[in-house]
Amino acid sequence: MILANTESNSSLKSHNTRFNPYDDNGGSIVAIGGDDFVVIASDTRLSTGFSIYSRNQSKLFKLSKKSILGSSGCWCDTLTLTRLLNARMQMYLHEHNKEMNTPALAQMLSTMLYYKRFFPYYVSNILAGIESDGSGWIYSYDPIGNVEKCKFRAGGSSGVLLQPLLDNQIMLSNLQNIDEQPLSLEKAIKIIQDVFTSAAERDIYTGDEIRIMSITADCFKEEKIQMRKD
Amino acid sequence: MLSTTKKLENTGFSFDNCLRNRFLEKNGFISPKGKKTGTTIAGVIFKDGVVLGSDTRATDDTIVADKNCEKIHYLNKNMYCCGAGTAADTFQVTSMVSSNLELHRLNSGRPVPVIVACRMLKQMLFRYQGYVGAALILGGVDNTGSHLYCIYPHGSSDRLPYTTMGSGSLAAMAVFESKWKPDLSENEAKELVKDAIAAGIFNDLGSGSNVDICVIRKDSVEYIRPYECLNEKGIKRGNYKYKKGSTALLQSHTIALHLEEEIIQTINDGSSMDTS
Amino acid sequence: MNFYNSVNFPINFNNHQDISESSDIIKHFHTPITTATSVLGIAFNNGVIISADILGSYGSLARFKNFSRILQANKNTLLGVGGDIADFQYLKELIQGKMIGEECLEDDIPLKPASLLCWLTRVMYNRRSKIDPLWNNILVAGIQDGKPYLGFIDKLGTAVEDKLIATGYGAYIAIPLLRDALEKKPDLNKQEAEELMKKCMEILYYRDARSFNKYELAILTTEGTEFKGPIEIKANWSISNDVCGYE
Repeated sequence: MILANTESNSSLKSHNTRFNPYDDNGGSIVAIGGDDFVVIASDTRLSTGFSIYSRNQSKLFKLSKKSILGSSGCWCDTLTLTRLLNARMQMYLHEHNKEMNTPALAQMLSTMLYYKRFFPYYVSNILAGIESDGSGWIYSYDPIGNVEKCKFRAGGSSGVLLQPLLDNQIMLSNLQNIDEQPLSLEKAIKIIQDVFTSAAERDIYTGDEIRIMSITADCFKEEKIQMRKD
Repeated sequence: MLSTTKKLENTGFSFDNCLRNRFLEKNGFISPKGKKTGTTIAGVIFKDGVVLGSDTRATDDTIVADKNCEKIHYLNKNMYCCGAGTAADTFQVTSMVSSNLELHRLNSGRPVPVIVACRMLKQMLFRYQGYVGAALILGGVDNTGSHLYCIYPHGSSDRLPYTTMGSGSLAAMAVFESKWKPDLSENEAKELVKDAIAAGIFNDLGSGSNVDICVIRKDSVEYIRPYECLNEKGIKRGNYKYKKGSTALLQSHTIALHLEEEIIQTINDGSSMDTS
Repeated sequence: MNFYNSVNFPINFNNHQDISESSDIIKHFHTPITTATSVLGIAFNNGVIISADILGSYGSLARFKNFSRILQANKNTLLGVGGDIADFQYLKELIQGKMIGEECLEDDIPLKPASLLCWLTRVMYNRRSKIDPLWNNILVAGIQDGKPYLGFIDKLGTAVEDKLIATGYGAYIAIPLLRDALEKKPDLNKQEAEELMKKCMEILYYRDARSFNKYELAILTTEGTEFKGPIEIKANWSISNDVCGYE
């Protein structure tokens, strides 16, 4: 009797596919910070499994005049996280009568991610912002709030494909006898467009369109570039 | 007279390491998986033959492994076969059956009926209980007319006027269901298959790149690859050519080569061979 | 995605044995029992159209053959729901409660479709975070500030806005046809949208084994709402003459 019971139990368990609270909705983010600018881009494909939810969903969120967040991975977590972030930003604004600056925002995001340490937001975040001295910096995060401040970063489904390309083209890794010039915004946008073109060739979750947002001391710009749709 | 009979080598797959692998897996080893290609393949019968079509993307998980691979395989002069599923299995199954069909043709001295290929494929796949993961669309023309079969990895088959397979099969089938009609002309059939494959290419992430098409008629075959390029690669804005000397030279070592020259001269006396 | 493996999850959601085996933790998890299949939606030049069949399936049994699952939330919002029917009926009560709450404000500001969608994402996300999801796909269609609006929420709380949406098998079968039609003519009128929708419902009936030959349509424009149905699909099975045997 007992034997029969355990057997039927175990067979039931093996047939029971558990509910998975996470989904991978894909998408890639690339951000580059320069001496007087910051630029961040994402693709606009939102997918699940082998199908496309939308060809027109930007993963960039403008959180303040000086900072933009790129967030990809599990889209329901992205929506929740960015909504909470916006609420916190507004509360800060009303309390202090000024927008939160980039380093403070970067720290807050880390704290908010770590708060969910044991049921994490399954997202890859990249924060691009202008600091008080006018220079552009990138903060990149893992899903549970580890943060790294750097000058350029690729994240999301094509992150591992694109980071070495950026290392080579921006940090000039493994190159010698190259006359090093400070990176201009135009050059940064050119590199971003080209790395996305490469990512769309090889990553099935990256494609459709690129959205590029840039911030300099005096202007904010957004542009769209079409990519392959297969 | 007694002689030692040599034991025949077993043919087919080797299962030597099965026990060992099961032991390893039990201890946490993750064994490598075959490359599964997300695919859209399709076929229709038209007035004078069969049109087969496929996309050209091969995926390895979420990475595109091959941007322009060939998924319509040759079986015999009068029949071709589209393959979806595990890349190695579709290729191997079709090439093995192709050899046997050719032997059959030479033995019997007449074109092989398409049903023979269908039987060979399904019987082979059935023997392996679905472990040979080949999902096929077989199309061809023989003395009895045009035939289109859909063969599943477990060895079942369907005989249909139009069919699709692979991860993009639903997208492609939606197109067939909305546009197919009986007695298509060749051009209509080609365009219909192209539209079906295109639906897979754009709506299924496992399918992509170009459309290949193969038209099989009573006495001729036309393999069009690519039939249409639906996706152009984006144009690079920067220049990624490195200046000479960009890569660091860490070490240099020269090996001197001693060359020995040997000249062989053929002298033609004009009588040894008649090549006329 | 690679970082999924790099993070050490103390609760392994893919293999939940450690939790379900300990007796003092209540098992919340359930699977859908009585279900409804695809919902389709198209935004056209001056409104939106949604459709869903009227079948409630109990596994492979066609259990309820006159089950409507298109709702009108308020005068500018329609809802179409697929998935588990018990959860749908709970959701319906919840939404009605919300609507009554809105009406009680007496401010004459009806809830906009995007606001309702946002509220529903929170409902769905909170339930998925308790590992006790409402097993539904919700399609929200309406007129937002004079423009057609179409959005979708799944059981995780994933929200998408687009000009065309299909859930369930519709995502695989109807979406390719809808995208193709909208690419050829981006600005459909009401009649074209309705014809396209009817074609998609017919094709879904051919290929989705949990679909039904009767469905409902709802069209919302600036002029008002129009409910149609149940419409019966006049299926064409002449293909069966060409299919005989398997070899």
